[in-house]
Amino acid sequence: MRFKGTESYLTSESLRSAVDCAVALQRPLLVKGEPGTGKTLLAEAIAKALGLELLTWNVKSTTRAQDGLYVYDAVQRLHDSRFNDKDVRDIRQYIRMGPLGEAFASPVRKVLLIDEVDKADLEFPNDLLHEIDRMRFRVIETDEEVVAKQRPVVVITSNNEKDLPDAFLRRCVFHFIEFPDRELMERIVHVHHPELAERMIDQALSVFYELRAFSRLRKRPSTSELIDWLAALKSAGISNVKLDDQLPFIGALLKREQDLMAFADQFGGKLPKRA
Amino acid sequence: MFVPFLYELRSRRVPVGATEAVALGQALVAGLHDSSLEGFYFVARALLVHDEKHLDAFDQAFAKHFQGIESASMELTQQLLDWVRDAKQPDRRLTPEEQALLEQLDLETLEQLFQQRLREQKERHDGGNRWIGTAGTSPFGNSGKAAREGVKVGDAAGMRSAVQKAGARAYKEYRDDLVLDVRQMQVALRKLRAFAREGAHDELDLDKTINETARNLGELEVVTRPPRKSNTRVILLMDVGGSMDPFAWLVSRLFTAAKKATHFRELRTYYFHNCVYGRVYKQANFREPITLAQLFAETDRRYKLIVVGDALMAPWELMSVSGWSDDEGLEGMIHLMRLREHYPASAWLNPEPPSSWWQTTVDVIRKVFPMYPLTLEGLGEAVGAVTKAR
Repeated sequence: MRFKGTESYLTSESLRSAVDCAVALQRPLLVKGEPGTGKTLLAEAIAKALGLELLTWNVKSTTRAQDGLYVYDAVQRLHDSRFNDKDVRDIRQYIRMGPLGEAFASPVRKVLLIDEVDKADLEFPNDLLHEIDRMRFRVIETDEEVVAKQRPVVVITSNNEKDLPDAFLRRCVFHFIEFPDRELMERIVHVHHPELAERMIDQALSVFYELRAFSRLRKRPSTSELIDWLAALKSAGISNVKLDDQLPFIGALLKREQDLMAFADQFGGKLPKRA
Repeated sequence: MFVPFLYELRSRRVPVGATEAVALGQALVAGLHDSSLEGFYFVARALLVHDEKHLDAFDQAFAKHFQGIESASMELTQQLLDWVRDAKQPDRRLTPEEQALLEQLDLETLEQLFQQRLREQKERHDGGNRWIGTAGTSPFGNSGKAAREGVKVGDAAGMRSAVQKAGARAYKEYRDDLVLDVRQMQVALRKLRAFAREGAHDELDLDKTINETARNLGELEVVTRPPRKSNTRVILLMDVGGSMDPFAWLVSRLFTAAKKATHFRELRTYYFHNCVYGRVYKQANFREPITLAQLFAETDRRYKLIVVGDALMAPWELMSVSGWSDDEGLEGMIHLMRLREHYPASAWLNPEPPSSWWQTTVDVIRKVFPMYPLTLEGLGEAVGAVTKAR
């Protein structure tokens, strides 16, 4: 089974290679890269390409590793015991599987996306080591073991907010998504806006890469912003862009106040109106 | 065959071990590399590298180890690549006669010629019809008008071979052992986050308390946890005046930003020049002095001390007594030792590369303070060491 990307998700050879390694060796795939280079979309593309269902686990700063396995709802049980609604002796009713638990328990293979793993506590990846390695865990309340029937394809994304522990990294296949070069970007734009004229795309890309090369920016525009910007240009019926103070919908590309100021400063004119 | 390559990687401080070797072996057995060096490059990179900061070292190791395996030349120096990248546009058009004159070469001869010329050529070359260069009619180079088969050098796009790819060193900026500069501030800041998690279990964990109480059949069971708020106090002591100023400024900004991000509870900044005597200063222009005795009285051993300085000075500065009456007639060295003694959690960050640390005063100070280079890597290590010390 080889990963080739999908119609709407174009890949590079190195990315395909990394995905193949992860799938074949049954190790989690750790994806890093600039925001907006399509880390999260990759999991969807893999799921689509392999014809599997995708489970997403969005990690937040308060997420604990345990949440991904299962949650024991003690309060609900206490509640039920007061009203005699259910048979509270059956503890299984109060065990709810988390995304990881669900992926293990499922009879068919799934793709599990653990999104933005670096948002959570430093200990979070360490707490998951064993479960990801062995693909099994024990529910303490019922003393039952959940073993993965089909090892899920695990995709983990990180925005580099925290360093991940070495022991965790060791177990992953790593891929760093580079910012697409102009050629790949042209193909990406074609996929999203097939009806745009060649000349327009060319102009827009020139403006875009010039903006990215503009070193005073604190947040450089990324692929997703380019796609949005082109959509805005298209719906407004604009067919000519060049890099000057009249650049339309600049707000779609530059998101920070300081960046807009720097832009206005560099390319003359007043502070551009927000699109 | 790839085991020596792993040792090459280890010598470049890419942490690979048995786990990686086994994984790579499995991947090769599964045929994931399609029996090509190119495929091997991608598979090896995915499995052996775990962090983008090691990608450059990986590329270098790969280029070195597999050099000569492909016939394509690896002698493309960075200079050559740079020059070809900003290729000059040709300013003249070829007449049909000229085009006809240009001979057709087959690929093999072409490659041999290319390597030969690469060896002979010593400088940049634009235009012309023999040397590798831009805008010329030689079969080698970029943006040329040769109008026939040739070797294109260093173009951004296209299919480059694995060794060439590795030679291009596209991941240089992700290295973590370069001296810290403003661009890396954000990443450096994250290193300082490691300071944040400390403190006793003295915050009530409501969820766990309810949980445990319910388990205990209603008997109250209080669960506590360490506070989320940082309890770390940091003293930053910086050598200013002269060449150290830009670094001091950078580090000061770094720690101030970390303080704002509530990574630590208290941050004190002091300055000194070359060596610490009996007093340090609250202002970078050596105003508002505070004696060490007073500083020791105000702060206890729980404070973490970070000294930033190049530790370069005339040896007599380290061993001499300043004219101040309140430095108790002690040499600079003694004061440094007192600092280290008072703050067990301390580290010295040095913007000079470790290769120059053999110099007398640096060497002496290294014996007192654990010294780390002022790079992302060094900063991480220093923070790690300081956090561990009790």
